[in-house]
Amino acid sequence: MMRRLASGVLPIYALLYLAFLYLPILFLPLFSFNDSKILAFPMSGFTTKWYAALGHETQLLNALGNSIIVGLFSTVFATAIGSLTARAITRYRFPLRRSSQALQMAPLVMPEVIVAVSLLIMFLSLGLSLSLFTVALAHVLVTIPYSISIMTSAFEQFDDSLEEAAIDLGEGEWGALRRVTLPVVAPGIVSSLLVGFTVSFDEFIMAFFLTGTEPTLPVYIWSQVRFPAKLPIVLALGTLLILASLALLLAAEYFRRRSLRLSAVQEGVPIA
Amino acid sequence: MGQGRVARGIALDRQARRGLMLTAPGTLYVALMVLGPAALAVAYSFWTQTYVTLDRTPTLANFREIATDPLYRTLILRSVIVAGLVTFLTVLLAYPVAYYIAFHVYRRKALWLLLVSIPFWTSYLLRVFSWKLVLGYNGVLNSALIWLGVIDKPLEWILFDVNAVVLTLTHAWAPFAILPIFVSLEKIDRSLLEAAKDLGEGPFRAFFRVVLPLSMPGVIGATLIIFIPTVGDYVTPALVGGSEGAMVANLIQVQFGKANNWPLGAALAICAMLCVTIAALAAAALLRFLGRRIR
Amino acid sequence: MSSNQRPAGQAPATAPAPAMAPAADPAPEPGPVAGAAALVRMQGVTKSFGSFTAVESVDLDLRAGEFFSLLGPSGCGKSTLLRMIAGFEEPTRGTIAIDGRPMAEVAPNRRPTNMVFQSYAIFPHLNVADNIAFGLRSPGQSLSRTEIAARVDEMLATVGLGGLGQRGANELSGGQRQRVALARALILRPKVLLLDEPLSALDKKLREQMQIELRRLQRQVGITFLMVTHDQYEAMTISDRCGVMFGGRLAQVASPKELYQRPVTRQVAEFIGGINFLSGRVSARDAESASVEVKGFGTVTMPTEPAIPAAGGQITLGLRPERFYLAPERPAETEVAAAATVEDFAFYGETIHYYLRLDGYDAPVIAAVTNFQRAAHFAPGDRLFAGFRGRALVALP
Repeated sequence: MMRRLASGVLPIYALLYLAFLYLPILFLPLFSFNDSKILAFPMSGFTTKWYAALGHETQLLNALGNSIIVGLFSTVFATAIGSLTARAITRYRFPLRRSSQALQMAPLVMPEVIVAVSLLIMFLSLGLSLSLFTVALAHVLVTIPYSISIMTSAFEQFDDSLEEAAIDLGEGEWGALRRVTLPVVAPGIVSSLLVGFTVSFDEFIMAFFLTGTEPTLPVYIWSQVRFPAKLPIVLALGTLLILASLALLLAAEYFRRRSLRLSAVQEGVPIA
Repeated sequence: MGQGRVARGIALDRQARRGLMLTAPGTLYVALMVLGPAALAVAYSFWTQTYVTLDRTPTLANFREIATDPLYRTLILRSVIVAGLVTFLTVLLAYPVAYYIAFHVYRRKALWLLLVSIPFWTSYLLRVFSWKLVLGYNGVLNSALIWLGVIDKPLEWILFDVNAVVLTLTHAWAPFAILPIFVSLEKIDRSLLEAAKDLGEGPFRAFFRVVLPLSMPGVIGATLIIFIPTVGDYVTPALVGGSEGAMVANLIQVQFGKANNWPLGAALAICAMLCVTIAALAAAALLRFLGRRIR
Repeated sequence: MSSNQRPAGQAPATAPAPAMAPAADPAPEPGPVAGAAALVRMQGVTKSFGSFTAVESVDLDLRAGEFFSLLGPSGCGKSTLLRMIAGFEEPTRGTIAIDGRPMAEVAPNRRPTNMVFQSYAIFPHLNVADNIAFGLRSPGQSLSRTEIAARVDEMLATVGLGGLGQRGANELSGGQRQRVALARALILRPKVLLLDEPLSALDKKLREQMQIELRRLQRQVGITFLMVTHDQYEAMTISDRCGVMFGGRLAQVASPKELYQRPVTRQVAEFIGGINFLSGRVSARDAESASVEVKGFGTVTMPTEPAIPAAGGQITLGLRPERFYLAPERPAETEVAAAATVEDFAFYGETIHYYLRLDGYDAPVIAAVTNFQRAAHFAPGDRLFAGFRGRALVALP
């Protein structure tokens, strides 16, 4: 009975669940090629004009530029901070180890709106005016947990005796870092950079509350959603964004696996 | 060899200094960006605002207003209930999928996990937005069903309201539930199941007495990771909630935007946070208790 | 035996290091090396981690050109001692000097030691040649590209990896990885090569092959090897001398043969191969020999050892299983013999182990008999005589 359930019903359920996950998202690309401003069936015809129209939206292009700037800034800082933290918690025992890890992972599970308004209060109390910089500061905060978890798994695979071996062979601490540690965990770092960029690029709430006059792409999309005339263009844009996120994610996954493969060697598992 | 590990484990001075030095940037940054603002928000919640002037005399006026005005109470309560419902549904729907991947997928495990997690990496805003297209009186779903001749007039239950919010959020959080549950299922020693079978447990009893309790950490993890952020969700109620589906985050946003009453907004945020914490702790304790009881 | 007379650190790379003394006489353990002849000198070396003492007042001299093994159960402090010599741990007390130079202030990357790590720590992002050349490209080295290439090629040939320089680190077998680790350390021509359980990651067959290989390599390069291992057979087959450690203390330093034949404590005796403990009472003792009455056997004569008390004293005697003679009748070739019952036996191929119940003893004793040597095959329940000669006994404190 249970076995029949497992072999018959479970796979069907799992496939239905996948359909539930993907179907709604697929309406974005589907209707982005629809030659009508009304988003309903029956569809009226195939067009690529909404994609062509994207290029003429200067505000959109500005927002894209803003998002890229914020994304690069956030992911570089978060990856730097996350790598240091991950190294510390995988290699050393020290007081408050667990609590500092928990604190740095906390932004992952805090209600975003509450974090955003609290940051808003603080930035304005400090006399900072809202800008892409304030958005980026917040994005560093929400990206750190991702970076920590990616780098922690990268460093967990890292055999500490590699560093000792480098020092034993005459290198200094910096030399060991430059010649051994960084190259070995490089795929993890790249993966963290890509994931961090994706997180920042897609983030809406922080940007919504903390941006000044320069919107990021999600904030721009939000402002367009209310105008039915603009919807098809938003669909085209959304389709491209999903593709971009996918490309980044798959690249990150590729690098993550490479880092696992590199370190599998240290376990004494030849992969030849 | 073991010695080296012991050595690293116990020598405190150099290790401790190194560790603290390396975590310092992260700890300081997050502390500054979370604890600092939180303290300021608490301070704000005891102040009052009249038009443009901020009155810094400490008072409980904001909390009194929240406690007495039924609108606020309704919204906070609705947020917690919606989040609870979403969490329950998400975990319930996701568990069999996680179970399937952990126990019945052998060679394509990585592919399944990737497929399940990909939606998470697409913009949350766009995922919610796609539901806005699907649902609604003139949405994709109704128009498609009418076009196909399944129905003659639009379905009423997919209007923009609380149901739509629950449905959308359940969809949005799915990967968050599957992954932690999968991890905890994957960790279960397969020989335990064989042992249970060997001891004469039927498959169902083996599931309820071995698998389910052992996967509780994953269920608890999923519950917390979904419930807490959902209470404060802003995008979904704003896009598909209509006038009946608003939640506390939308109210907070109004205080910081149009209403320009930051102290009240801060007080609302703090109340929401308190409710979240209490509800989350209660849920975790309940699940842990159930996990132990089942055995 | 000449290695300790060679000037420290001047070991010519080609001179074959002398083998350990041939088995004929029970070579007396040469006393501590005098003065500068010790290549590595450890004095009172102690290492504590908090309240736990990993290594306690170890005095040990390593001679130039010898293969020395530190042997002991896991957690006995041998790896910590090795890591202190390498400079990865600092002694809490005591001094370590290499070639007469105190190492206290010398960082690990400036010490004349190199290490083969237990995990081999092959750099996964570099190929074999770049792994081996790693140390030649470290600060303080100033070799041209061609010199490095030549040294690497020479080293590849030495460790038997010729032609594999361009292999990726993840395309190597376990044995090849070990050779890379060796080559990478040896190319810097250290005064001491430290090996941390270098063979534990290999399977049994390969391990035995690599033992011989390690020994050959050490003779070829003439560098002092200090190996840490928990495998007594490994230590005994490879080493010139072994140090046995228990609970952070060095219990005995001796040649493998000496260690086996003259263990100084019960712990050492038990750790190095199997041993039976018999109890006895000294009936007479002079400078040359002692008469000991062994419980259940009778009186034997054995050479006088420091551990033998004056006449009348009680004594624990160690007897290796293979020193027993077994025969259906009282064996003629032994001094003493006792009647025993076969409880059980274990067949090992070349030897058979008999578990014997001796009259008057609580625990069974083990006797090892070469399979072909004696036609004496016994079954459980058989009565037989077990005997030995007095000089086979070891007096234990």
